[in-house]
Amino acid sequence: MSASLRTSLALIALSIAALAAALWLGPVAVDPFANDAATRTIVWDIRLPRALTAWIVGAALGLAGAALQGLLRNPLADAGVLGLSGFAALGAVIAFAFGFAMLAPLMAIAFAAAAALIVTMLGWRARGPASLALIGVGLSSFAGGLIALALNLAPNPGALADLVNWTLGSVEGRSMNDVMLAGACLVLGAILIAFAARGLQALTLGEEAAAAIGANLSNTGTLVILGAAACTGGATAVAGVIGFVGIAAPHLVRALAGHDPARLLWPSALAGGALLVCADIAVRLLPTDSELKLGVAAALIGGPVFALIAARLAARGGDA
Amino acid sequence: MSALLELGAVSVSLGGRSVVAGASFSLASGQIVALLGPNGAGKTTLIRAALGLTPIDSGASRLIGDDPSRLSPRERALRAAYLPQRPQAIWPVSVENLVALGRFAHGAAPDRLSPRDQAAVDVAIDACALTSLRARSMNEISGGEKARAHLARALAQQAPLLALDEPTAGLDPAQALAVAAILRKHAEQGGVLFSTHDVTLAANCADQVLLMREGKVIAQGAPREALTSVALREAYGVSGSIEQIGGTLTAIFRA
Repeated sequence: MSASLRTSLALIALSIAALAAALWLGPVAVDPFANDAATRTIVWDIRLPRALTAWIVGAALGLAGAALQGLLRNPLADAGVLGLSGFAALGAVIAFAFGFAMLAPLMAIAFAAAAALIVTMLGWRARGPASLALIGVGLSSFAGGLIALALNLAPNPGALADLVNWTLGSVEGRSMNDVMLAGACLVLGAILIAFAARGLQALTLGEEAAAAIGANLSNTGTLVILGAAACTGGATAVAGVIGFVGIAAPHLVRALAGHDPARLLWPSALAGGALLVCADIAVRLLPTDSELKLGVAAALIGGPVFALIAARLAARGGDA
Repeated sequence: MSALLELGAVSVSLGGRSVVAGASFSLASGQIVALLGPNGAGKTTLIRAALGLTPIDSGASRLIGDDPSRLSPRERALRAAYLPQRPQAIWPVSVENLVALGRFAHGAAPDRLSPRDQAAVDVAIDACALTSLRARSMNEISGGEKARAHLARALAQQAPLLALDEPTAGLDPAQALAVAAILRKHAEQGGVLFSTHDVTLAANCADQVLLMREGKVIAQGAPREALTSVALREAYGVSGSIEQIGGTLTAIFRA
């Protein structure tokens, strides 16, 4: 059994355990098999869709992160860091603020794809991980500015508080509709990225040699950009902006499954899902007055981890 | 003898500057062609243009009869294996996985090889004396070992033409001779095009040399005829000559 398969099986088990725990645990401890109406509502109508949404969003961000890292040959690449999440949020905010809420998911995906295209064009020849991260910082800040502008110009200021809340990132109160939407986007993104897996493997040799061993790099690039956009757009449309999952998941998985970018894809998705379900359980169990937003928690944990990985890379002269 | 690679008056300019001007040569199966010349002479660009990896302004290249820039990446990889000047291993994969990437065009994934792919990888690893290092990670081996791993990747491709950009750069004399032996062995069934700054090595192992300066081929032919003192002075700007010492040719340069 390969290391990648072994890791995947362990992460599937961890995901199932985390999802089960998410049904049990919460501000009210309940027995999920108790057969009264209140329990059924709490467990199956509130906690189950919420936990599934968290898993799908985490898996989508983990998969997008692993694919982007392979394409850009950079362990700091991630939908959040590179600005895909910010642009997806911008697309959704524009849809909400100007009264086309129905179009929000489509707008999120389209804007994420645009950001992925821009960052790939600017970052393809970036020397070292840090310069790519800087391009992402620029794009993210730009998206942030445009979101503020959209909120500023929004015809309905009453929606402002909702929108701000939503850009913080959360899976609170999500329904099965959200699960279906993000799930469909994840499946679409996973199919696109699966076709790019071999090209990502070839990119282990760098761009020049990858083309020379027979990889079609423009196909690989297109598939990853569209796949990462579908994953990020779907995830952001239902949960808002949640950062760092796409960095943390592949980083954790490398130690177990090795460095081959194709063999990292599925374990990274599984790890991202398990990670975000666990983070959401933690958020619900914290005794705060108003619940801590999942996106805020992810940034509080993920930010320092990101800085640590970046510092370690810089100390090694930029090698992966 | 059929030509593996045939260049007719190939010119390339990059960013408006002429980098290769009117280079012609023919490389038949069984032959080794060496590109010589100072830094910036256009050797790398000539190799890339010959393989269709850099667009040609005028002239033509034929790789086993076809314009390589019109071949699919896979078809091109089955005809020519290319080793860039500074080969990279972005991720610290094992030596064996890196070498196995040479089987990409044959449809193999590096960790799931068919018996045929595995045999090609084993032969390449053996030829480059990497057997004891095959499970090691690419970031745990020395510079010379890395160079050999990348060469093994190109050999594993089992393409008729081997095109190598400075395959002996940074290698000690013993390792450079080992690479020369690998090139000769490949030339028993295929052809080799390589660039180098090691004039002695080129004089001893190439059937034909192209001496370049500022994009132009200033001397071309069998090493003893092409590498005259006049040509070496024109190329490198210092006095040089090829002397026969025992059975080998030696390049001697004086300031």
